[in-house]
Amino acid sequence: MTSHVTTADEHERAHPTPGTYTKVGLVLFILTALEVALYEITFGEHAGALGDLTHVFVPMLLTLSAAKFALVAMFYMHLKQDSRLFTGVFVFPLIIAAVVILALAALMAYHMAFAKSGG
Amino acid sequence: MTDIAHPLAAPNPHLETSTGLDSRKLAIWTFLGSECMFFASLISTYVVFRNKSLVGPFPHTPWTDPATGRVYEPIIEIPLVTVGTALLLFSSLFIVLALYGAQKGNRKMLLGWLAATIMCGMFFVGMQVYEFTHFVHKGLTLQRNMFGASFFTLTGFHGTHVTIGVIWLLTMFVLALRKQLPAENAINLEMAALYWHFVDVVWIIIFPVVYLMQ
Amino acid sequence: MATVVGKEALVAGIPAEKTGLWSWITTVDHKRVAVLYLIGSMFFFFLGGIEALLIRIQLVRPDNNFVTPEVFNELFTMHGTTMIFLAVMPMSQIFFNYIIPLMIGARDVAFPRLNAFGVWVFLLGGLFLNASFLFGAAPDAGWFGYANLTSKQFSPGMHVDFWMLGLQILGVSSLAAAVNFFVTIINLRAPGMRLMRMPMFVWMSFITMILLLLAFPVITVALILLMFDRFFGTHFFVPTGGGDPILWQHLFWIFGHPEVYILILPAFGIISEVLPVFSRKPLFGYAAMVFSGVFIAFLGFGVWSHHMFSTGMGPIADTFFSLATMLIAIPTGVKIFNWIGTIWGGSLQLKTPMLFALGFIAMFIMGGLSGVMHASPPADLQQTDTYFVVAHFHYVLFGGSIFGLVAGAYYWWPKMFGKVLDERLGKIHFWLQLIGFNLTFFPMHFVGLHGMPRRVYTYPKGLGFDSMNQWETVGAFILAGGFAVMLYNIWKTWRTAPPAPADPWNGATLEWSIPSPPQEWNFPEIPTVTGRDPLWEAKRQRGGPLPEPQRVSGQGIHMPAPSYWPLVTAFSLPLLFTGLMLASKIGPWGIFIGVATLFFGIYNWLFEPSYTSIPGVKGKGRH
Repeated sequence: MTSHVTTADEHERAHPTPGTYTKVGLVLFILTALEVALYEITFGEHAGALGDLTHVFVPMLLTLSAAKFALVAMFYMHLKQDSRLFTGVFVFPLIIAAVVILALAALMAYHMAFAKSGG
Repeated sequence: MTDIAHPLAAPNPHLETSTGLDSRKLAIWTFLGSECMFFASLISTYVVFRNKSLVGPFPHTPWTDPATGRVYEPIIEIPLVTVGTALLLFSSLFIVLALYGAQKGNRKMLLGWLAATIMCGMFFVGMQVYEFTHFVHKGLTLQRNMFGASFFTLTGFHGTHVTIGVIWLLTMFVLALRKQLPAENAINLEMAALYWHFVDVVWIIIFPVVYLMQ
Repeated sequence: MATVVGKEALVAGIPAEKTGLWSWITTVDHKRVAVLYLIGSMFFFFLGGIEALLIRIQLVRPDNNFVTPEVFNELFTMHGTTMIFLAVMPMSQIFFNYIIPLMIGARDVAFPRLNAFGVWVFLLGGLFLNASFLFGAAPDAGWFGYANLTSKQFSPGMHVDFWMLGLQILGVSSLAAAVNFFVTIINLRAPGMRLMRMPMFVWMSFITMILLLLAFPVITVALILLMFDRFFGTHFFVPTGGGDPILWQHLFWIFGHPEVYILILPAFGIISEVLPVFSRKPLFGYAAMVFSGVFIAFLGFGVWSHHMFSTGMGPIADTFFSLATMLIAIPTGVKIFNWIGTIWGGSLQLKTPMLFALGFIAMFIMGGLSGVMHASPPADLQQTDTYFVVAHFHYVLFGGSIFGLVAGAYYWWPKMFGKVLDERLGKIHFWLQLIGFNLTFFPMHFVGLHGMPRRVYTYPKGLGFDSMNQWETVGAFILAGGFAVMLYNIWKTWRTAPPAPADPWNGATLEWSIPSPPQEWNFPEIPTVTGRDPLWEAKRQRGGPLPEPQRVSGQGIHMPAPSYWPLVTAFSLPLLFTGLMLASKIGPWGIFIGVATLFFGIYNWLFEPSYTSIPGVKGKGRH
């Protein structure tokens, strides 16, 4: 046998334990609850309970989502423990994707503001 | 006599790769990177069109059709989709526990948590199917307005990805039942799990953008 | 783990034949996959060429009626679609498939069956697209299918459906290949071949794969949205329903601009291989070439709206995209100077591959210059939608990609087929191509700036277009003559030329160290590499040429087993999409059959063992 038998274990150094996974799961659940709560106090049944949050709603919401995204990617998909190549292979397209979404939203919003329907 | 008769056997472990990483795992990550662009295009389309409907029903506000007088309630219902979101999130936890079991050679752990994952996935798809038919009853169709078109297309393609994931996981479950998923082949489950987490992660974006943002 | 089954490659009772139709149908050998791409791409290239000649005949004189306007629309649409998706991209695939594993010292690609799947999908997709002619419904809305001309309202027949679904099928092939080669290049390099020691063709191909992975999903979505508009009554691109045709343009060009880099980068890579060998000098500025390639690819995602300067995006967007487009000229310029630096002071061997490579540099510079002219929005408002643009992209796509690919064909032909193509005929081809190409496309710069629009089936007398259009048509036929000479060359050398040595050109890279053509396993032993240009290094150390490599028995070498499941799975795609097209007539049955075949194919593929286990594989033997 060669000295370089590469199995799954060799490259997943110090994998999290089921306990860690469960804790991450609870955090994810709490973050989701916070997202929904944020919605409720901004637009939903309890709108205005903490003042007018409409302007900070989107940034706060997206921050919560980004945190969930990162947790799943880093712990459940093992990006934190695995080779950084996988992180690069995933994060690079993610950045391009984000840029495309933002660019399209901006370009189309400008366009639609000027091209009123019926014109 | 293991690997010729053994489906999804690991290739010769003497196989060396330039990075030391398994090519199949790299392939899945590469595919997921590509899928980021797929969903980015669908999400962009949704973001561009969501407030551009010429007629209702609308996501969060009621609307009365001036032509017929019919009142359309707001389409989005938070409680149901929140349950679905939670289920999908927990399914990610369950599958990583199943994978842990697979890697440790613990077949019971693998089977139990994998079954839980599949149940969550099936419930999510069921919830989506129910939600779609419910929305259609409320008057929202693909053709009705831009919200309908972009909503059903985006969430529909996501739901299709979840369904494919469920089929994939069911296949893994059957293999595990047949004792064909030993620890050395855990990478096959890892590949399915990565796809499954990705589908969850896309929902993590879709849920706030579609259901919560005004 | 590896168990002994027997020395023959025997999988599920199928013996691994080496000859005959069945061996080709079940092949997973990257070299055979390359030959399949060659046959397919040559066939479609000639189809696209005939379409071009018919266009040129129609345009040879004003007020011509050689073809009807409707047929003319089909001709220019199919010419563009065919040349891009069925000719240039598959021609690049020939060399990705044949040469990359050889250059990196591998026995095959990372996923041989996925590789076979890709070529079958390409061939079936090309047939699907061209089957449209049989129904009198060839695509006719331009290769870029702008909405809302492509809506059901304005394109009621099946023309656009064939285009839309045909491209989806082809997209699957490209994505499969991209995943495969991305992983192959990262993971299957020979020991010692660090990334910065890889041949430049491998680097440019690697970057191309990344572009494919990121760009194709976008057009996939655009085509899905179009399909939903046409089949399910949505209004994504229909203004009366709240939609916007401009979204199509954005999505299409977010794909479309990286696509043109996908079309040119492999040719860049080929040139970077040919110039050093035929100048007897290493490539000038290796690191700069790598980084400029990376920069071009990355920046290529930020320029797409330069195709949309006439849509009124506003000054901020116009400025941004204009600047980004001008910026991309910088790394491109770096490459051109490095190519010139490579040949500067070299001992030039003006053989056919070199002639095409030098022609490439000149033609691509010209195409690049007209491209930079488009980067300025005010200038572009004059140039867009005229023949000036047609001139530009033919200079970069033909003068660039085709010249580069033809250089690669003459260069690697001996390795692939064991015959060196005739040098005299090669030179005749070169001059016919160079003269014919320039005669066809150079006048288009003028005729375009004088106001001749694109995609017009005729033009009236006396606008100043007449004589130039005549020259262009003459040029097109001279160009066709050049390719006829190449075909004759191939046929003649096949029959009469002596067998080629392993290294007819005094090459620098690993593919020249094995017999021409290589044996199934490529290398009897996987080489270890200690620098760039490993073969020149080896010859230097030896003080002379390397001995002619011998053919060996292949005992103990472990190769992937053949399989027909990739072909079965590939078939499911045209079945599925034909089912979609006919759904309004036959209901969902076609779709069900397609999906069922897909699952059937995939499951059998996955549960068939991919390797035969043969004892005696030691240490670093890669499959």
